[in-house]
Amino acid sequence: MAFDCVVLVKQVPDTKAVTDQAMNEDGTVNRGALPAIFNPEDLNALELALQIKEKYGGTATVVTMGPPKAAEVLREALYRGADRVILLTDRRCAASDTLATSYILSCAVRKLDQYDIVLCGRQAIDGDTAQVGPQLAEKLNLPQVTYVEELLDLQPNAITVKRNTGAGWEKIRAPLPALLTVMDTANQPRPPGAKRMMKFKNARSRSEWAKNGVIETKKLASLQERGLLIEQWNLDDIQADLERCGQTGSPTQVHRIQNVILTTGAYKKVEPTKEGIRQMVRELIEDHTIG
Amino acid sequence: MVKVNRQGEVWIFAEQQDGKLSDVPLELLSKGRSLADQLSVKLSAVLGGFNVKPLSDELIAHGADKVYLVEDPLLQDYQTTSYAKMLCQLIEKHQPQIVLYGATVLGRDLAPRVASALKAGLTADCTDLQIGDYTELKTKNTHKNLMLQIRPAFGGNIIATIVNYDWWPQMATVREGVMPLPERNGNLKGEIVTESIALSPQDFPLEILQRHRREKKVNLKGARIIVAGGAGVGSRENFRRIWDLANCLGAAVGGSRAAVDLGFIGHDHQVGQTGTTVRPALYIAVGISGAVQHAAGMAEAAKIVAINNNPDAPIFQIAHYGIVGDLNDVVPRLIKAIRSKQ
Ligand SMILES: Cc1cc2nc3c(=O)[nH]c(=O)nc-3n(C[C@H](O)[C@H](O)[C@H](O)COP(=O)(O)OP(=O)(O)OC[C@H]3O[C@@H](n4cnc5c(N)ncnc54)[C@H](O)[C@@H]3O)c2cc1C
Repeated sequence: MAFDCVVLVKQVPDTKAVTDQAMNEDGTVNRGALPAIFNPEDLNALELALQIKEKYGGTATVVTMGPPKAAEVLREALYRGADRVILLTDRRCAASDTLATSYILSCAVRKLDQYDIVLCGRQAIDGDTAQVGPQLAEKLNLPQVTYVEELLDLQPNAITVKRNTGAGWEKIRAPLPALLTVMDTANQPRPPGAKRMMKFKNARSRSEWAKNGVIETKKLASLQERGLLIEQWNLDDIQADLERCGQTGSPTQVHRIQNVILTTGAYKKVEPTKEGIRQMVRELIEDHTIG
Repeated sequence: MVKVNRQGEVWIFAEQQDGKLSDVPLELLSKGRSLADQLSVKLSAVLGGFNVKPLSDELIAHGADKVYLVEDPLLQDYQTTSYAKMLCQLIEKHQPQIVLYGATVLGRDLAPRVASALKAGLTADCTDLQIGDYTELKTKNTHKNLMLQIRPAFGGNIIATIVNYDWWPQMATVREGVMPLPERNGNLKGEIVTESIALSPQDFPLEILQRHRREKKVNLKGARIIVAGGAGVGSRENFRRIWDLANCLGAAVGGSRAAVDLGFIGHDHQVGQTGTTVRPALYIAVGISGAVQHAAGMAEAAKIVAINNNPDAPIFQIAHYGIVGDLNDVVPRLIKAIRSKQ
C-alpha cells in the first residue's frame, strides 16, 4: 500500500513583517521589501505528506507556482524530504486571481497524472482567502475535505480524517483520489534535515542555473543526474489555455488598495487618578453606556 | 460564467445546521437588504436542507423578499459537492447579480467550489460591501453600480477593494459579526419558491462518520459590554482583575491573541481577525497594544476605553477614552468607581 501525494505550496511575503518601508507610494505592498517565506500552513500540508510516505510508502511531489525566486521554497521542501519538486513559472501567470491560479495548478497536477492525495495548506497568509484548494478540487473533479486537523486512517481507496468545522469537528471518509486542505493545528512541521541540506543546497532551477552561466545541455543533464536541477515548467508545458491564465483569466480585479491607518480620533484623556476615573464612569452612565 | 444581468436579484446563502439558522445568514440579510434597495431589485435567500421550511419565515421576518427553498432528505447533511450543485443550478436558472455567503468554515468550503464551477469571481472575507462605479484602467470603460468588495489583506495591513465586472454573479464571503443583525419583524411579507434539484450518488462522495458540535461557552458577539485583557496583564493569576471588572459590569471577557497564546485565557475569548469580531456598546481594552489584527475585531465598538501604560500604544488611536497608567492601579480604581455608582 503506497500513496502518491502532491503538495501545492506558495512562497509568501512574511506579512507579520510589514513596515512602512514595505509599501510603495501608490499604496501597493512592495513584496520585495518583505522577507519571503514558505507559507506556514503549506508546511503542515507537506508534513502530512511526508508522514504518509513514511508510514505507508509512496512519494511526495511538491509544486509551486511563482516567480523564479520561488525555487527557494522548493529547496526547503527538498531539505525536509520531498522526492520531486517542480517550479511552475511564467510571466503570463502574473495577476492571476484565485480562479486563474487554481486553473493553472489543475493543469500542472493533471500533467503529473499519478496521484492519490492532493494536499494544500488551508490558506496563504498574504491573501487569507482559502479559495485555491476548493477551486482546484473542483477543477480536478475531486472530493475535497477542508480544514483537516488529523489523519485517522488510510486505505487503498479511502482516507479518513478529522476536520474542524468551526463549531466542533467531523470525522469524514473520502474516496481517493481526494484533495485536503491542512490546518496549522494538524502537526508540527519537521525542521530541514542536515544531510538533505548538504545534498540539495545547490539544487537550482533552469533559470537559476542560467543566471550562473550554466546553460549547456550536457552540464544540465549531469546536474539533473545528481538531483540538482529543479524541474521547471511554463504554461506551454502544462498545455494551459492562456485565456484562462493571468489577468484575462481572472474575474476579480483590484480596484483600490488602502493602507490601514488607524485614524487618530481625538480621544478623551482620562487621568489615572480616583477622580479622573470617577468622572469617566459618570459620563458612561450618563450616556447609558453602562448602568 | 453567468452573463451580466442588471435586473438580477441579490442573494444570500442561508447556512443552516441541524435545522437551525445561525446569526450569519441574518447578518447577510441586513447587508443584502441595503444592496438590493440601492439596486432596486429583490433580496432573496437560498435555503437548502430537510425539514427546514419553518426557517423560511425567519428569513422573511429578517428582510428576505423571497426564499428559494430546496427540501430534500439528501440535503440533510452538508456536503460540498451536493450543496455546490444546488447553488450552481439555481444561479444558472435565476441569474442573480450578487450572491453572498458567510465567511464561516462552511461558507469558505462551499463558495469557492461554486465559483470555480461557474467560472465566476469570488472575494473572501469581506468586511464591507458597497455599490459603486468602476472604470477599467486600460479601456476607460465605466461599469456602473457594481458591488465593491472590501476586505483586509496582507495580514490586515491593507484594505483592498475588489470588483468583478464581467464574470458574474458577483460573489463574496462576508466575515461573521461585521454586519449588524437586523431586527425581527413578523409583519414582513415574502414569497417562498419551492425548487428541486436532481441529485445523483456522485454528489455525495463523502461519508460523515461522526459529527461533534462544541457548544460555544462564550458569547462575545451577543455581549453589550466586553472587558478584554492583553499580554500586559502579565499572568493568568493577574487576569483575575479582568474577570472582576467584567463581573461588576455584567460584561463578557475577551482577550488578545497574545493573552490567549500565553495561556491567560481560552481561545473562545479571542477578539480580532482570527478570533471573534464584536461590536458591543462598550469595549474596555486593558494592557492591549491595539495591533491591526486586534483592532479588526473591535474597532466598531460604540465606545472604546483603553488602559495602557504606554502613551504611544496604537490602541489609543481608536479609543474614545484613554487612560495612560499601570493597569494594576487603574483597574481596581475603576472597579471601585463603578461599584460606588450603583
Ligand atoms: C495573521 C495574524 C492574525 C492575528 N489575529 C489576531 C487576533 O485575532 N486577535 C489579536 O488580538 N491578535 C491577533 N494577531 C496578533 C497581533 O498582531 C498582536 O500580536 C496581538 O494582538 C498583541 O496582543 P497584545 O496587545 O495583548 O500584546 P502586546 O502587543 O504585547 O501588548 C501588550 C500591551 O500591554 C501594555 N502593558 C504592559 N504592561 C502594562 C501595565 N502594567 N499596565 C498597562 N498596560 C501595560 C503594553 O504597553 C502593550 O501595549 C494576529 C497576528 C497575525 C499575524
